[in-house]
Amino acid sequence: MIEFEHVCKRFGDRMVIDDLSLRIDDGELFVLVGPSGSGKSTLLRMVNRLVPVDAGSVRVGGEDVRSLDVETLRRGIGYAIQSVGLFPHRTVAENIATVPRLLRWPEARIRERVDELIDLLRLDDPGIGTRYPSTLSGGQQQRVGVARALAARPRIVLMDEPFGALDPLTRESLQASLKAIQRDTGTTILFVTHDLDEAFGLADRVGLMLGGRLVQVGTPLDLLRHPVDERVSDFVGGTRARLRELAVRRVRDSMRAGEHADGEPLDADATLQDALGAMLAQGRERLPVHEQGRAVGAIVLGDLVARGA
Amino acid sequence: MWALSVVGMLAALFPAFLLIAPNRLLTGEAIRPQAWPLALAWLAIAVCTGLPARAARPVVTTLAWLAVCGLPLLAGLDARIALSEASAFSVRAQLGAGFWLMWLAAALLLLDRLRGLRVPTRTALWVAVLAVLVGCAWVGVFDALGLVREWRAQRAPFALATVEHLRLAAVTLVLALLVGAPLGWWVWRRRRSDGLLVGVLAFLQTVPSLALFALLIGPFAWLAHLWPALGSLGFGGTGAAPAVFALVLYALLPVVRYTVAGLDAVPSDAREAARGLGMSRAQLLWRVQLPLGWPVLLAGLRIVAVQTVGLAAVAALIGAGGLGRFVFLGIGQGAIDMVLLGTLAIIALALAIDFLFQGVLALTERAP
Repeated sequence: MIEFEHVCKRFGDRMVIDDLSLRIDDGELFVLVGPSGSGKSTLLRMVNRLVPVDAGSVRVGGEDVRSLDVETLRRGIGYAIQSVGLFPHRTVAENIATVPRLLRWPEARIRERVDELIDLLRLDDPGIGTRYPSTLSGGQQQRVGVARALAARPRIVLMDEPFGALDPLTRESLQASLKAIQRDTGTTILFVTHDLDEAFGLADRVGLMLGGRLVQVGTPLDLLRHPVDERVSDFVGGTRARLRELAVRRVRDSMRAGEHADGEPLDADATLQDALGAMLAQGRERLPVHEQGRAVGAIVLGDLVARGA
Repeated sequence: MWALSVVGMLAALFPAFLLIAPNRLLTGEAIRPQAWPLALAWLAIAVCTGLPARAARPVVTTLAWLAVCGLPLLAGLDARIALSEASAFSVRAQLGAGFWLMWLAAALLLLDRLRGLRVPTRTALWVAVLAVLVGCAWVGVFDALGLVREWRAQRAPFALATVEHLRLAAVTLVLALLVGAPLGWWVWRRRRSDGLLVGVLAFLQTVPSLALFALLIGPFAWLAHLWPALGSLGFGGTGAAPAVFALVLYALLPVVRYTVAGLDAVPSDAREAARGLGMSRAQLLWRVQLPLGWPVLLAGLRIVAVQTVGLAAVAALIGAGGLGRFVFLGIGQGAIDMVLLGTLAIIALALAIDFLFQGVLALTERAP
């Protein structure tokens, strides 16, 4: 659990964080989204004390971060950044083992954990552990960066635009990996991005930041359907918000159970965006929905278009 | 490179190859026994360098290599002949300007020719030069030269001075690193690379070494007077203590500069990640900054080491010993071979240390 309580931060004359309060629950994937300079990275870096707060308090697991030893605090929190920051003089395995080494885990346990993470993040080139970061692709480097952040099984992971510099395909594959890992481990993740699609695709809850304030907090659908004011609706895309919704909603929730349709079946976990794409590709207005290879219903174009469905 | 051949040719014809003097203090009479053959050899080199064909390149390299090895040999043999014709034992054969110019021209030519070659080949060729010269010295080819006679007369003091010189340089280097590296770290942390400290150190560099050594005599004598215990440890106005102090002062600026440059060479994202993952300042320094900045610092230490070996020569003036003693003794007596003996030894030491550092650097850089 991460709690911000009336947190303020100014750099010179500029108020970067303005009396902000927020509570992130255990096991939640919370995404802070907002334009550059809105203060989202600053807020994230307050959690591991890379940025000290001017006023208010930040609590992790109920304890004020200022009351903890700074190195102990940081070793207990995973940290991944956009520029990755792998150590160029250390191999992939040594990079991943950074925090376990700092925590003086026994060597055998470190080796085991590194192998596990190499599998988990699908770093499956043979012998990748002994290679140096400069020999990896950008996507692989960030996978190593994420593995390093997760290495010591932290309860909380902070991720500061970790996929910002990657190409769309690599980014999507990493997002999927992250989402799966988070679901399996129940890690609390605070994720910062300026990319709305990334935010809505990943988040359990989204916090929209503008000018150092948290303007709206809610599920992706909340923000898309019920923006609190014009700034939020502008930011989430005006009429395009309806298109974004399709990427957030699942076929399972909009299908007509038990009905039959012809065509290539869709998975119940697919998004409505996938469904619309499949309809366009197949030239059909109805498609069958399968779950674990069994037909469970149908998805209909009219239902996607209908308001508030 | 054509110009070097012309220098070689002129040096073969006009200045003295050897000087034959009645004794070690007087200036000798010029002789150039192989003036014309040498001039023709240089002409051949000039023609070969001028040829467009790639085939001519190894010929020039070979000729330059032969010249670098052969000129000292020739000088040694000429000296032997000249001395065998002389009447008195006190007659000395000194190396003349012609020899030095030609040798320098040949060495520069070889250096230039070898630039395109791979490092192992280059190193092997220089080691071969060294082997030939040392081998010739061993069998006594150079025994007739005044330089070698000076050395024979002073073998024990010369060996002692070499050890002293190396010790001065080593102590200076260690102290400069112990003081300079933390200072550099401090300067880097405060982002004040052009601040007061660097200003003071840069100013110190402009003080002539002779003046600095002289200026330190007073304060150090006074310190030794205040605490006689220090004096009994060999600490005083003259001697090694003020010399090392002055040498460290000169070494500090480059050590600080290169420490800052080394720390700057560490990618900022790696530093940010290290801090964010919970490394302490000390862990960051030892595990990230030092390994990544080390090559830059080492390159700086190489320059400092060579500079210190050179400057330590002057330290002989305030009684710190070292090879500089031969230089000043020689100047005092007017014995040019003695000056040369000291100078050549210092140059050889500097080159050897430079070579050593290059080797260590090459080993360090092999890691990714």
